[in-house]
Amino acid sequence: MTDTALSLERLAAEAAAAADADPHGAEGERYTAVNSEKNRPLYASRVKVYPKLVHGNFRRLKWLVMAVTLAIYYVTPWLRWDRGPGLPDQAVLLDFPARRFYFFFLEIWPQEFYYVTGLLILASLGLFLVTSVAGRVWCGYACPQTVWTDLFVHVERFFEGDRAARIRLDKSPMSGAKLARKTGKHIVWLLIALATGGAWVFYFADAPTLAVQLLSLEAPAIAWLFIGLFTLTTYTLGAIAREQVCIYMCPWPRIQGAMFDEESLLVSYRDDRGEKRGPHKKGTSWEGRGDCIDCGQCVAACPMGIDIRDGMQLECIQCALCIDACNDIMDKVERPRGLITYDTFRNQERRKAGETPRLSILRPRTILYSVLILIVAAIMLFGLSTRSTLDVNVIADRNPLFVVLSDGAIRNGYQVKILNKEHEAHTYRVSLSGLDGAMLTRPALAGEEEALVHVPADSLVNARFFVSLPPARIAAEGGEAGFAFVVTELGSGREVMKYATFRGPAK
Amino acid sequence: MSEKHKDDVTGVETTGHEWDGIRELNNPLPKWWLYTFYVTIVWCFAYWVVMPAWPYLTTEGWTYTKGAIGYEQRAVVANEIAAVHETRAEAMQRIAELPLPEVAADAALMELALGAGKAAFGDNCAPCHGSGAQGFKGFPNLNDDNWIWGGKLDDIHYTITHGIRWEAAPDTRNNIMMAYGRDGLLTRAEISDVAEYVLSLTNRAENAEAASRGEEVFASQCVACHGEGGVGNRELGAPSLNTAVWLYGGERADIIETVSNGRSGTMPAWGGRLNEATIKSLTLFVHSLGGGEDEAAPAMR
Ligand code: SF4
Ligand code: SF4
Repeated sequence: MTDTALSLERLAAEAAAAADADPHGAEGERYTAVNSEKNRPLYASRVKVYPKLVHGNFRRLKWLVMAVTLAIYYVTPWLRWDRGPGLPDQAVLLDFPARRFYFFFLEIWPQEFYYVTGLLILASLGLFLVTSVAGRVWCGYACPQTVWTDLFVHVERFFEGDRAARIRLDKSPMSGAKLARKTGKHIVWLLIALATGGAWVFYFADAPTLAVQLLSLEAPAIAWLFIGLFTLTTYTLGAIAREQVCIYMCPWPRIQGAMFDEESLLVSYRDDRGEKRGPHKKGTSWEGRGDCIDCGQCVAACPMGIDIRDGMQLECIQCALCIDACNDIMDKVERPRGLITYDTFRNQERRKAGETPRLSILRPRTILYSVLILIVAAIMLFGLSTRSTLDVNVIADRNPLFVVLSDGAIRNGYQVKILNKEHEAHTYRVSLSGLDGAMLTRPALAGEEEALVHVPADSLVNARFFVSLPPARIAAEGGEAGFAFVVTELGSGREVMKYATFRGPAK
Repeated sequence: MSEKHKDDVTGVETTGHEWDGIRELNNPLPKWWLYTFYVTIVWCFAYWVVMPAWPYLTTEGWTYTKGAIGYEQRAVVANEIAAVHETRAEAMQRIAELPLPEVAADAALMELALGAGKAAFGDNCAPCHGSGAQGFKGFPNLNDDNWIWGGKLDDIHYTITHGIRWEAAPDTRNNIMMAYGRDGLLTRAEISDVAEYVLSLTNRAENAEAASRGEEVFASQCVACHGEGGVGNRELGAPSLNTAVWLYGGERADIIETVSNGRSGTMPAWGGRLNEATIKSLTLFVHSLGGGEDEAAPAMR
């Protein structure tokens, strides 16, 4: 059935059927917003929302976003990225046992988690910016809760039909056909949930290996546990709880109130144009009345169960489906589109005051967010481009601080930690700088040259060194002296200096 | 009880309380939240039955409900410790059987031995030698290169096993620094002279005459153990007197006190108390602290 085939008469018939079925719609109103204030008693059970399928630009955009985001989710773990022998070739991998996070060309060690923090800061600033420009774009299009709920609603539609049919089915007594439809729906829901949980674990292990293990039932218990967990949460949050997650569980709707302002583009009903609303008979005049024919299609389409004509509401995720629904109606009654549209609060006021509406995207708020994004991104880029693949840490022995030797020399002990983040083994020469007459020794390792430290690829080696100063030098230095350990990579000649302190008896 | 009040804007009933004109809406709890709350209440009753939970007093003192499945954290820890011992048993057995240099040459065994040695040191040796093996007056510093009874692996192993002046151990290391003053073997003047001589060994003598008198006393009384020039004798456990390391202090007063009253510090024999693998681990750990001597080469620092 195409939308042009939908006649107004048909709509009216459908509405009547829905009013029949809908307990809240019986008293005169054909469509009632489920989550409107009137229907909100204390400890009320949830009233099921039956979102109606709409067609239009925003619906198409949402299909596209759904396809892209689901594809990213399911495909990402299968992308390969060659890092050389002995290292995982998975492009995105959270390797907990080895404590590494691989992201394409990046390889992050636990102590470098600040890069991930940076990414999260960027993501939230991006969210702030988008929200201050165009409202809850994230909620309406890209949030996993929205995407999966949308998918689950379509499955429901496939098995049980569109809104009116679903309402009828739920009201009808249990029958074989009803049972079959419901069972089919839940099975497909569970399969989708299972696929969701199943894809999740691939981010934490080599995907092809784990896939074979899963199919041969040889996967580790933890994989099954997480698949089970994510199957359960996807099913309960996406298929069962749906809009309840956005309304009651998610903190973002509460926070976003601070990101909007009167110049933010929000999905709004233009009451200046729509009111006074009321049924309209074909061929009668539009004089002295508003464009809203009170057909309730915007309410029927809303996945959150609200009436956009009541104004901005916490529940509205800004999915824009009501725009599509209303545009469809405006086309049919031959009035201009955009009775429900992306609009700003200021423009509504401007129109009422007779001014021309305009958009102001460059506002202090958006400029501030953009500048912050640029600053954080610049810091991140700088950090990443200067990221060192050789780290040296020196920890001086504290107990004892120093040791007096037979000849009166003073010896200090140090742990020199050499972190080789490259994918090949290296040998480093450790030497001293800035402490004349000092002797560097290392508790002998059979057959190894004293000052050379071999560090395998991608590892940390903790080498113990002793530094001793002869008696004559102690007096000259007094209690303590600063110097540096110099760690030189053999071959490349790369050098890292690390400052340390030599301590002796205070004189 | 305050009377019912409805908020004008939302039409929602308030809690009935008022704080400086501010009222709180009595909005409903979401059902999923409420039910989760009920489930947690049910859960806690189940938990009390299944797990150890409530303390109560008996005539023998405090105890607690043990729970249906008999879970006990102490038992869990004991099991885990036993499991660790189990996994290490084979390696510890090898440490006990192999000669010390061979253990030291095996990187994996050595890592285990050093870890075990460090732990055993903290448990058994630290009270006297200090947690960093830095020693105190009368308790040798084990980090330095100065050894009374020798710093090779076998020497350290022998000392730990048999102790020093430990009567219960027949093979204990034994040597006596006599109380020359208290027992009347030397006069005060002679003791003062010999102390001056000992100071001269580290170039600290102030009176060359007294030092040369002291040298004669040293030659007759001390040289048998401490050796010509006070170099010490590890066979006999006689400390060197010509280095910067002093067990009982190296100032004039310390030396006079030592010569007058003698010294006879003891160290327990750990042979019967710790098993062989632990003693060997301790040996390797102490040897690794920086003063351990190679079989061929002398002190390393
Ligand atoms: S706003 Fe549009 S869709 Fe909603 S009732 Fe009015 S005409 Fe119908
Ligand atoms: S009111 Fe419109 S934009 Fe808001 S959630 Fe409902 S359908 Fe989406």
